[in-house]
Amino acid sequence: MSSQLDPQTREELVNPKDRSFTQRLATAADWRSAILIPFLAVFSALIIGLVIIILTGSSFAEAMNAYLALLQGSVGSLRAISETLTAATPLILAGLSVALAFRAGLFNIGGEGQALIGGMFAVWVGFSITGLPFFIHLPLAIVAGIVGGAIWGFIPGILKAKTGAHEVITTIMLNYIALRLVDFLLKTTMFQREGRNDPVSKNIEASAEYPTLLTGIDSAMRVHAGLFVALGAAFLIYWLLFRTTIGFEFRAVGANPSAARYAGISVTKVYILVMLIAGALAGTAGAGQVLGLLGRTTPGFTADLGFDGIAVALLGRSNPWGVVAAAILFGGLRAGGQQMQVSANVGIDLISVIQALIILFVAAPALISAIYRLKTPVASAQISKGWGA
Amino acid sequence: MELELRGITKAFPGVLANDDVSLTARSGQVLALIGENGAGKSTLMNILSGIYRPDSGEIILNGVVQKFNDPGEAIKAGIGMVHQHFMLVPVFTVAENVVLGVEPTVFGNVLNTKKANKEVEEISQKYGLAVDPKAKIEDLAVGIQQRVEIIKVLLRGAKILVFDEPTAVLTPQEVIEFFGIVDELKSRGATIIFITHKLKEALAIADSITVLRGGKVVGHADPKTATQEELASMMVGREIDLTVNKTPAKPGAPVLTMSSVTMTDDFGRDLLDNINLEVRAGEIVGVAGIQGNGQTELIEAITGLLSIAKGSIKLKDTDITAFNPRQIHRDGVAHVPEDRNEMGMIGSFTVAENLVLDSYYSQPYSRGVRLQSSAIDESARTLVKDYDVRPAHIENMASTLSGGNAQKMIVAREFSRDVPLVLCAQPTRGIDVGSIEYIHEQIVRKRDEGIAILVVSTELDEIFALSDRIVVMFDGKIVATLNASETNPTEVGLYMAGKNS
Repeated sequence: MSSQLDPQTREELVNPKDRSFTQRLATAADWRSAILIPFLAVFSALIIGLVIIILTGSSFAEAMNAYLALLQGSVGSLRAISETLTAATPLILAGLSVALAFRAGLFNIGGEGQALIGGMFAVWVGFSITGLPFFIHLPLAIVAGIVGGAIWGFIPGILKAKTGAHEVITTIMLNYIALRLVDFLLKTTMFQREGRNDPVSKNIEASAEYPTLLTGIDSAMRVHAGLFVALGAAFLIYWLLFRTTIGFEFRAVGANPSAARYAGISVTKVYILVMLIAGALAGTAGAGQVLGLLGRTTPGFTADLGFDGIAVALLGRSNPWGVVAAAILFGGLRAGGQQMQVSANVGIDLISVIQALIILFVAAPALISAIYRLKTPVASAQISKGWGA
Repeated sequence: MELELRGITKAFPGVLANDDVSLTARSGQVLALIGENGAGKSTLMNILSGIYRPDSGEIILNGVVQKFNDPGEAIKAGIGMVHQHFMLVPVFTVAENVVLGVEPTVFGNVLNTKKANKEVEEISQKYGLAVDPKAKIEDLAVGIQQRVEIIKVLLRGAKILVFDEPTAVLTPQEVIEFFGIVDELKSRGATIIFITHKLKEALAIADSITVLRGGKVVGHADPKTATQEELASMMVGREIDLTVNKTPAKPGAPVLTMSSVTMTDDFGRDLLDNINLEVRAGEIVGVAGIQGNGQTELIEAITGLLSIAKGSIKLKDTDITAFNPRQIHRDGVAHVPEDRNEMGMIGSFTVAENLVLDSYYSQPYSRGVRLQSSAIDESARTLVKDYDVRPAHIENMASTLSGGNAQKMIVAREFSRDVPLVLCAQPTRGIDVGSIEYIHEQIVRKRDEGIAILVVSTELDEIFALSDRIVVMFDGKIVATLNASETNPTEVGLYMAGKNS
């Protein structure tokens, strides 16, 4: 009785001493989880989206038309690209916020609250200070946003470090508190615009606005300098995570807290610092919306930014550059969705469905492996060790 | 019942776990299956118990070819596994645990406790197991818990009993009792497969021995004539010297001094009770004891990972009682932790990163907050070569290393630091014979350099192979301090079981 394997495979399996062979295996696995799975997830979600359009009474041709509109609206023209990048800008920052926390084993669901508070800090600096040149006023407003978000991130961090309170619970609760706090503040004389009874803040000074990048070509192009702040943040977080001792500690705590403790790393300090930085990133995202697009705040002005950040971080595999790519994709879906709604009469809600499907597929890589009959099972994405820890 | 495996082959991505494995186990006999970690023992047993299906080959019971689609079918065919890690519900009684999954019921679904107790009682008596069916699992000693696992498989009609490293958690006395149970099972016609890496036990209990290496059967041995050295050489594939060569110690000044150290848990119970311990430069002190008698706490007290309630700990002349783990570590304590995967390394980090796990913040591995990857890599390349970590690819994830190589990586990290005290907790647990030999040599080499070494091990053989002095821990106390040359395993075993406490 002999094995059915051919002798050469057998030799490679029994004596995997050949470095290139084992390395090939490792690289193949990395490539799979970093590129192939997200790509197939997006592809599958789009296919199911197509089926949904057809099931809701459109013909195949109409459905294809809708996707054409989606494509045109996201990358079909300079204006479309501008819209895509405009939508991607806050998603990059919100995604980085969640991704950084993931890396340290924490699940930051509080991006929404952190962005709201950051936005409120930024809008206050934006409208209350007058007469400053833009190169002082704008950075000041951004810093205010960073500080606001950092404060809102620090609270769950210190609660976890000192009392063990789970960050998932505390950040969710802080989201509600932030949401209602914004409602309340917008009715106070400190924020509410003069002569208005509805909750809307004063408008920020022009000197606090992010400069737009392409209005010289077409005044409707909204993409603004916040994009560079977001990309800079991605670079900074990448550097922090992989090139510094601080990032080493973050990743160690995220991967194995007891080994981190053994190595003399203060796990509680890491929790506080990570949540502080994660909050700062989300705060920058909220501030960017105010300073780059809205010019004021209204109830819920962040529009689920914090939650979309979770999706972006998942799709981007918690890698800063993956987050940037995922944010641009989601930004494109958002921008294209508008066009789809207008020219193909397919509701923009479909975009949310597609996004949700993407995340479903990314979170369950075994599903993708099964559908596409990938040979080796792909290790499930490590999202967070925070649960139940 | 006679069991025959014929040409079992099973491949996983990147590894051929079983390669044309054939063996026979006969009724009323003990077959010992020995081999290093990764030799394919577990895969083979998982195939036998229906968890995996072989790529090719046959399982034959009494001449009939079997196909197991799931573990249930293997159990029905009469194959019972007793796992190394017990699968018992601590708050349930013995009988409740035994009948779990096959509960006798009345009125549809009410547990028939009386019947369950009776069934357990019967089996217990028949095989001389002496287990009270009404006792709660959490109140029972480990050796008795193992008997409950045996009753579990017997109740399910097992004719072939597979024991996976059954003595790993037992005291020397419990091992002797366990062997008595095995003899009883044998005499009643059971077929027994005994998986172990302890050669002495294989020689003592088995009627025949089969050796696995690299997924293949590399030989059979007759326990009446074979020696440990022969078996070890077959397992490893080269000559093995099991004795640790060392000269008498030349102890110098005290390096570690623990005075009246007491540690309590959240409920005020003593985890460490008035520990006084001294380790001198150039000597190896072995801490013997059954797992869970305070050894973990002892190590974590010294390293600052747990804080103590009373007493003081001195490193040379410095009182380190109130220091945090990083200060202690920096001031001169290297620590090979007992749980390699949980504490000693980070599986998703590279070998290079793991080699600086506790020194990444210091020169030359970082400057300010910036990691110096060239310095890290350079030191890592030297260490994997010096400490024979294979494969020597520093950019591989640590989780890809075998147990022995992962342990060598940790030993490399800790032993390469220039510190006066080295703590080794279970330094060779679950690793291959070749690596054990290597790590033992390194420990002795370190001692000869004048380093103070504290070795905690639940393996008496290891304690005796390495120690110059032996302390025995029981229930959080040091119950004996002995000169290694003036004591013997029987005496230490008695102290481990609680004599003198």
